[in-house]
Amino acid sequence: MSDVTQRDRIPPGARPRPVRSLYAGNARAVMLRGWQATRSTNWLVMLSGFFEPIFYLLAMGIGLGTLVGTVTTESGREVPYAAFIAPALLAVAAMNGAIYDSTWNVFFKMQFAKLYEGLLSTSLGPLDVALGEILLALLRGALYAVGFQLVMQVLGLNLSWWALLALPAVLLIAFGFASIGMAVTSYMKTFQQMDWINFVLLPMFLFSATFYPITVYPEWLQHVIQALPLWHGVELVRGLTTGDVDWAMLWHVLYYVVMIGVGLVFTTRRLRALFLD
Amino acid sequence: MPPRSPRSRRAPVDAGCRCAGLSWSLVSEPVIVARDLVKRYGDFAAVDGISFEVAPGESFGLLGPNGAGKSTTMRMVGAVSTRTAGDLSILGLDPDTHGPEIRSQLGVVPQSDNLDTELRVRENLLVYGRYFGLPGRVIAKRADELLAFAQLQEKGKAKVDSLSGGMKRRLTIARALINDPRVLLLDEPTTGLDPQARHILWDRLFRLKEQGTTLLLTTHYMDEAEQLCDRLVVVDKGAIMAEGTPADLIRRYSSREVLEVRFGSDRNSEVAERLSGIGDRTEVLPDRILIYSENGEAELVRITEAGLHPLTSLVRRSSLEDVFLRLTGRTLIE
Repeated sequence: MSDVTQRDRIPPGARPRPVRSLYAGNARAVMLRGWQATRSTNWLVMLSGFFEPIFYLLAMGIGLGTLVGTVTTESGREVPYAAFIAPALLAVAAMNGAIYDSTWNVFFKMQFAKLYEGLLSTSLGPLDVALGEILLALLRGALYAVGFQLVMQVLGLNLSWWALLALPAVLLIAFGFASIGMAVTSYMKTFQQMDWINFVLLPMFLFSATFYPITVYPEWLQHVIQALPLWHGVELVRGLTTGDVDWAMLWHVLYYVVMIGVGLVFTTRRLRALFLD
Repeated sequence: MPPRSPRSRRAPVDAGCRCAGLSWSLVSEPVIVARDLVKRYGDFAAVDGISFEVAPGESFGLLGPNGAGKSTTMRMVGAVSTRTAGDLSILGLDPDTHGPEIRSQLGVVPQSDNLDTELRVRENLLVYGRYFGLPGRVIAKRADELLAFAQLQEKGKAKVDSLSGGMKRRLTIARALINDPRVLLLDEPTTGLDPQARHILWDRLFRLKEQGTTLLLTTHYMDEAEQLCDRLVVVDKGAIMAEGTPADLIRRYSSREVLEVRFGSDRNSEVAERLSGIGDRTEVLPDRILIYSENGEAELVRITEAGLHPLTSLVRRSSLEDVFLRLTGRTLIE
């Protein structure tokens, strides 16, 4: 029944490799699975998430924007209101895509479909599963973001060539949210707990200097907002699409790098605790 | 598939060498060695010092009531659960340090199906093969062979949820074989299936056995154990109660035949006192009396000669079930 046997591949006296028990270097198999699943069942659901930030852009940017006129950015430039909120919504698009896949979908696979139990009885390690699922969520975020940026281009809302760098920035943002999202979800046990995620995300979306400059807040509140991830994403992308670029933006990048690392570590640990006890 | 009598089955691989432990390694290195295996969750010992060995090509069963520690043992052998104490070696490797290597050579059929319901039938096999890092070409070929083996050729494009229980189980087994495993772990493979589905499944598993795949299975169905296991251990409360071939265990813990007589629920215990001396051993149940004996018919004659006339009587071969109930008791374990 076989032409290639496993038998000869692993020498009986192979040395222990502790890292290998976490990672088999095969996260792409997990991504491939996600891609197949999406293709055969839920691509329509994906499409709906794509339009959400576009509707916001049209309603707020174009609609409300005619009343607002222009906004003064932190560097003192006047930009049209639509061009002010579009990069924020771009960051939100990346966040949403990443969060959809890494929270509710992961929750379902974990609690009901017993998917990870099956995955982890193969030669995959928990880091393969974490990375595969997170990269897949990231891809969804990236897909939304690319689509959104095309819309921005058509509407003339990319004000600078720096906007090209918004794409890798958006990937980073999606990676960060996917990573943290899956980490948080892996600790959730009930639907009620899952609702808390939305409870955090909605205000973060509305108040992270998305629709107006952060300077409208008293100083203490500004610090709170600045501690949250979306603000860093909004600032990073806004800097790039409006052409307000400076070295301080690297702090935002660093914020996301840390977020990705923390998310991966916790997800891997949690998967191991749950399925490889 | 017609049920086989135990005699017609292949002799257990280790039949001759159990007594002489040293000759083991000369014949063949055991694929699974467990010594004093312990798994504790807090104060509760799910597995409390289990030892057994499984030889290559052998079909080995863990029998026990619910909660006996069978599944926990399976998870440790499957390298997805770490042991609290004891030694465990799978294919010569320690699961604590070589989890992925061991898992890459195992096929796992868990107690409840965990097929990927977001994928179609054939996709389930293709994607699962990828988890082992196998090349797509190899997987595609095997997937078709395995669909045929599982008698699911027509269902390749079907959704998993549309399959019957027996089909899902066969697909799970096919999936477990995609990496051409050296050992197949089956946790209660036929629980919840109807008789037809069970027999088809047994037939498939028997074929695997004939091909030389090592099987480790848990079950609480005695007929299943008699059908499939060369050798087995009876597990209760995390410990091994008995070990041997099915025929062995029946000989040791039961008699060749069992005579079941019924005198009506109200009379059974009263009659039982007058049956002393008949059979090797009697057991009084609320609804019937069991008489363990080498010759059931002869005992029945003696009973009628004593002037007792049972409402119904039945002579049957002693089965593992008798062994099992003797060892683990008749009280409901929950």
